[in-house]
Amino acid sequence: MFKLEPRPAPSKALMLASPLIALAITVVVGVMLFAALGKDPLAGLQMFFVEPLKTGYALAELSLKATPLILIALGLAVCFRANLWNIGAEGQFVLGAICAGGVAMHATPETGRWIIGAVLLAGVLGGMLWAAIVALLRDRFHANEILVSLMLVYVAEMLLSYLVYGPWKDPAGYNFPQTITFLEATRVPKLITGFRMNIGMFIALAAVAGFAIFLYRTYAGFQLQVGGLAPAAARYAGFSSRRALWTALLLSGGMAGLAGALDVAGPQGQLTPYVPLGYGFAAIIVAFVGRLNPIGIVFSAVLMSMFYIGGELAQSRLGLPKALTGVFQGLLLFALLACDTFIHQRLRWVSTK
Amino acid sequence: MTGLTPESLALLLAATLNAGTVVALASLGLLINERAGVLNLGAEGMMLVAAIAGFATGVNTGSDWLGFAAGAAAGALMAGAFGALVIWLNTNQYATGLALSLFGAGLSAFVGISYTQQRLPERPHFAIPGLADLPFVGPALFRQHPLVYITIALAIGLGWFLMRSRGGLVLRAVGESPESAHALGYAVRPIRLLAVMTGGALCGVAGAYISLAYTPLWVEGMVAGKGWIALALTTFATWRPGRVLLGAYLFGGVTMLQFQLQGQGVQIPSQFLTMLPYVATIVVLVLISRNPTWIRINMPASLGKPFHPGA
Repeated sequence: MFKLEPRPAPSKALMLASPLIALAITVVVGVMLFAALGKDPLAGLQMFFVEPLKTGYALAELSLKATPLILIALGLAVCFRANLWNIGAEGQFVLGAICAGGVAMHATPETGRWIIGAVLLAGVLGGMLWAAIVALLRDRFHANEILVSLMLVYVAEMLLSYLVYGPWKDPAGYNFPQTITFLEATRVPKLITGFRMNIGMFIALAAVAGFAIFLYRTYAGFQLQVGGLAPAAARYAGFSSRRALWTALLLSGGMAGLAGALDVAGPQGQLTPYVPLGYGFAAIIVAFVGRLNPIGIVFSAVLMSMFYIGGELAQSRLGLPKALTGVFQGLLLFALLACDTFIHQRLRWVSTK
Repeated sequence: MTGLTPESLALLLAATLNAGTVVALASLGLLINERAGVLNLGAEGMMLVAAIAGFATGVNTGSDWLGFAAGAAAGALMAGAFGALVIWLNTNQYATGLALSLFGAGLSAFVGISYTQQRLPERPHFAIPGLADLPFVGPALFRQHPLVYITIALAIGLGWFLMRSRGGLVLRAVGESPESAHALGYAVRPIRLLAVMTGGALCGVAGAYISLAYTPLWVEGMVAGKGWIALALTTFATWRPGRVLLGAYLFGGVTMLQFQLQGQGVQIPSQFLTMLPYVATIVVLVLISRNPTWIRINMPASLGKPFHPGA
């Protein structure tokens, strides 16, 4: 029978190859799915892997979608490395959006350009606040962070719904559940006229560098990772698990909040019930597919954005449901987790006696 | 509270049992899973896929029972895929479960697109002859979907199975100390897979109950966190079936209280009432987790840990 045996040392080549193999598996399953639906698989693949890269406009959209995914996944990677399962980034994103929107609504035509800084900061603080609840309940009462962070997603969504249907509703909005459109001064500066891409992309890239330094070059980052990998060793070394808990959760909450702020002060420009876009959940996949590595996260975020844009195109041009995006994202993560097994283990034929 | 008549109270109780059943079923399934040492965070995804599988089958065949069977099969199938990954390939249980949830959400929305907003025809209400006509208790307790009673029987049966039968002992051994169970000659991995698939089937029935009986229609994402609440419930209940039942009805009560308050025109925005079950889950989770030893008494010792059989 076949047996999985631990490898003495994981192969570098396999570590690079496994996300590609996982992608290949996802593509093969995707082709079968298209065929089963009676659509031309080649046309389907083109929607997902060619169209999003073809024009300048498509590339700009790709960066716009990749930005929140990179930001959120960076924070989540820190959490997962510390063995903390924050899966409520979606709620932290929504709260960041709410707080940023709250500040943006106060702008008047006289308000200076400085307000964009306040808007983004409010978003970061909002996301941190939501994550701090998780940290506090875990720290003080040992409450499971998976369940608390997830429950808070639903609470955040209801809070948003209350605000846009209630006190923050635009009086001149024909009774639509939405806030006023935010003034130009509060909007994230765009990079090129005619494209929706904005400076959020540079913020995300700066964050990638920042997180790489934090994880691989600082003592705090090192302590945090040891705590995740070997809690007993971390305790023996005197590393504080409480500090790691708070650091990881506040960092990831802040990043998700920042992503939420960039979204409302960027492409959305107002708060609506449609602020939660699933970025917080997709970012979990981004973090894993990127191997919890800042540079890897950039690549996987771009890939995941291609799935988003491909899903939208498949809907408008091939008449396929948009939910196809979610199917592909899930498949990719399954395939990757399975492939990763073979990095640390090898399959061997063992004769049964 | 004004307007709370015996009739409305009876209806509230009935609705509580109804709402609690969804969570109880899924939670009992997850309990079997976790007693075998496997943590499946994919409950929400399995329930969503089962909800559409059950609904589609129900609409196309006209039979609720075939719908439930389809839901169970869908849940077991998804759990089987999860089990193969975590039990044989030793993938991370948290990550694989999350992937299952995300995948299930996408898949159900994808498959269900043509069923959106379809409704099932109204079906006659089930009532236990004789008992259903009793005043107050009749409408409160004895006019329920058969699954409500099956769930109660299941909880009792599961409690007996776990604590009083040989099979239950083996299941618990596999979750407590897979190494010892392996040394005694039990096939740890097949047993775990069986437990995971049974759990998946029960989550599947729960999902199908949502779309066939609880709110007989299909809407994307209609499980709305009940899978996660069921996961929380196994912890609240410290892995005891009887307590699962109790917790589930408590949750059902909070869910129904929300509608009751809305119906009575209480001056609270509806969004805050909708939050109530989620906030209640956090509050209960905090109260129970405050004392970690209390949870650890019944917690399967190898929960979430991979098992590598020795040579």
